[in-house]
Amino acid sequence: MNDRIPPLSKTVIEAMIRDNIPHCGELGVRLVDVGPGSMTMALDYQERFVGNPETGVLHGGIITTLVDTVSGMSVYAALGKLVAVATLDLRIDYLKPAMPHMPLIAHAECYKTTRQIAFTRCTAYHQADDPVATCVGTFMIGSSSKPPVQMPAQAGGAVE
Amino acid sequence: MRSLEEAIAEAKRTGDYQGMVDAIPYNAFLGLHLKRTEDGPLCVLPADPKLVGNPLLPALHGGVVGALLESAALMQLMWAHETVHVPKTINLTVDYLRSAKPVETFAQGALTRHGRRIANVRVEAWQDDRDRPVATALAHFLLT
Repeated sequence: MNDRIPPLSKTVIEAMIRDNIPHCGELGVRLVDVGPGSMTMALDYQERFVGNPETGVLHGGIITTLVDTVSGMSVYAALGKLVAVATLDLRIDYLKPAMPHMPLIAHAECYKTTRQIAFTRCTAYHQADDPVATCVGTFMIGSSSKPPVQMPAQAGGAVE
Repeated sequence: MRSLEEAIAEAKRTGDYQGMVDAIPYNAFLGLHLKRTEDGPLCVLPADPKLVGNPLLPALHGGVVGALLESAALMQLMWAHETVHVPKTINLTVDYLRSAKPVETFAQGALTRHGRRIANVRVEAWQDDRDRPVATALAHFLLT
């Protein structure tokens, strides 16, 4: 993405996950990395996320939640600031079961933004070369006049 | 814990699908429960602060809405499907139509096509007005 876009600090994103997205705080979503237009997060395996108690594989819904979060926040990374974004659509392909007792990692790239719309793609995996699920999404930028976060200015990273 | 297939077999025998929902830990985490209707199971997601994605709007997390839609599609399929095997989700396309408020949310699926190997399920989620869905989805399931 554009080199002139200031990177968002990991601290800002971590604070946002913890304090401003209650559901992600509840799940224990962890930030792994923020790059120019990209975002990587992880979720540790927990019994309460299981979709099939016999096999211990994760429910598709938890994958959807992680992928939606990471994809939406990759838009912040692409814009270099926190703005209100809303998911327009997600198309998720489940390539293979998410295995028990392994953290699930999701890496998203926001590969195009227009004034109003952001386009994302995301891969969820245990090991980077072996995807569990892929997702393409579109997001509306500036979906609300309310910013996605209220935080002190000294935390770093612009809030619009 | 009782096996999922036993729970499904019992649900089919008794017509009470709640046991099948409870046998799935993630559904229990969401607090999903079912209401019986003539058209199959109606999924109910209770209001719960832990499911909020944006406290300023406020709104449910989009992933939770997606999870509700996928669960409702699966429940509809299990209700219609003659075997006790759990179908695998191949893919899911979710359209978010409105911001979902952190209130009780409903979802119900309808089979578009139930083939031998693949089922196609359309599903809607709504809150206070069924004619104003907050999200819709289309899911493909592998049956064998």
